[in-house]
Amino acid sequence: MFITNYISTVYKTIRSLLKGMKLTGYYFLHPREIETEEYPDNRATLTMADRFRGEVIMPHNEANEHRCTGCQACEIACPNGTIKIITKQEIQLDGKKKKRIDTFVYRLDLCTFCNLCIVACPSDAIIMGQNFEHSVYDKKQLKKVLNKPDSKLMEGVE
Amino acid sequence: MLTVNVILGVSLIAFLVVLCFFLGYMERKVAAFMQVRLGPNRVGPKGSLQIVADTIKLLFKEGLTPDSSDRFLFNIAPFIVVVTSMLVVAPIAFAKDFQLYDIHIGVLYVSSISSMGVIGILVAGWSSNNKYSLMGAMRSGAQIVSYELSVGLSLISIVVLTGSLNLNEIVLSQQNGWWLFKGHIPVMIAFVIFIIASTAELNRAPFDLAEAEQELTAGFHTEYSGMKFAMFLLSEYINLFVVSAIAATIFLGGWMPFHLGTWEAFNHVMDYIPSVLWFFGKTFFIIFIIMWFRWTFPRLRIDQLLNLEWKYLLPISMINLILVTVMAIMNWHF
Repeated sequence: MFITNYISTVYKTIRSLLKGMKLTGYYFLHPREIETEEYPDNRATLTMADRFRGEVIMPHNEANEHRCTGCQACEIACPNGTIKIITKQEIQLDGKKKKRIDTFVYRLDLCTFCNLCIVACPSDAIIMGQNFEHSVYDKKQLKKVLNKPDSKLMEGVE
Repeated sequence: MLTVNVILGVSLIAFLVVLCFFLGYMERKVAAFMQVRLGPNRVGPKGSLQIVADTIKLLFKEGLTPDSSDRFLFNIAPFIVVVTSMLVVAPIAFAKDFQLYDIHIGVLYVSSISSMGVIGILVAGWSSNNKYSLMGAMRSGAQIVSYELSVGLSLISIVVLTGSLNLNEIVLSQQNGWWLFKGHIPVMIAFVIFIIASTAELNRAPFDLAEAEQELTAGFHTEYSGMKFAMFLLSEYINLFVVSAIAATIFLGGWMPFHLGTWEAFNHVMDYIPSVLWFFGKTFFIIFIIMWFRWTFPRLRIDQLLNLEWKYLLPISMINLILVTVMAIMNWHF
């Protein structure tokens, strides 16, 4: 009993080790399997995955309109105070006053890319961008205003 | 005569340093390809000058000696390690009729000197006055004391077959075929045990308990920096070369070309390939296998390491030695 156990242990061990060596040997002989991207060289053709979270951006259309209603759901959802929304009262054509955003402040240096603001947004105003080259010499540049100057709320978004 | 010897010695050291550069590059490339990476590819063509760049970096580093260390021992430990690993190269036959030190107890010399390297490691660990260094050094001691047995027993099995401790005679006895093929299964088992046990003696992964990056930062050379650190690295690669060269000499016929018994034509064709190429081809084949081990297998814990030696390798190699002896007496080998 002891001897059979002993021999089967040795056999199983050698078998599993050879299995591992077969895999690494396969990779060694097949350089095409290499996954490495030589980043600064392939910058022109580099494409990130759709799910990649580079930074929070607010898309604007050609008429310089965004979809942000200033509901501040993202500001509440953010776990570490990355987003700060300053609102203003705007007088509409029909004379009514409505709440609109003045500045959408996004602090990249605080952001953990947790995606909670994007999930919280009821009108899909903000999305995750693909850009990841964020290094700057002054950290003030990491404090960004996402809505473009003179942009307006898109028609029909409430 | 003395000048010739000095020139030979210095050129051997220079050769070993260049060889270590190459082995360092080879290791990084092999590791990269096995891990589906590219490896160094920025300095020089295909990254081949990366090791030179690393050496220049190490030259400019401060050679720090810790305050509360034993200064004399701390500074001498790297030299002990390098000198012992270089001494072992002496009796190896690099090519036909080219051997620096033809000694008639070559196998004994090699196995005794190579086990002296652990003294340097113990001194390094002890004099650093650092608990990680000491633990690494002690583990290395336990490891080498245990695995030396299996290495010795598997070397003895070939000594039994040839009846000589002289490395040159062992090579010449493989004129009609290498021992790995002439000696049937018992010699193959001895070869496998030799490779496993000598990987352990080299303190390389999967048996890298002396260094143990994961739990002991860098083990016995935690406190070393600059060129003293480079010395340990150098001796590690020289040891790798030495172990592979010994395995190639003992089991794969050293510089002896691949001969098949009585096939005269085939043997003549094989003789045209220079013997130095045969030697380095076999050596690098074994170096590659040891690197393959390193980048495939998971690391062992210290108790698993000692289990493997005392419960598996040692009993198997003892029984194997008896088999080889019976084979030698009954003349069952070719």
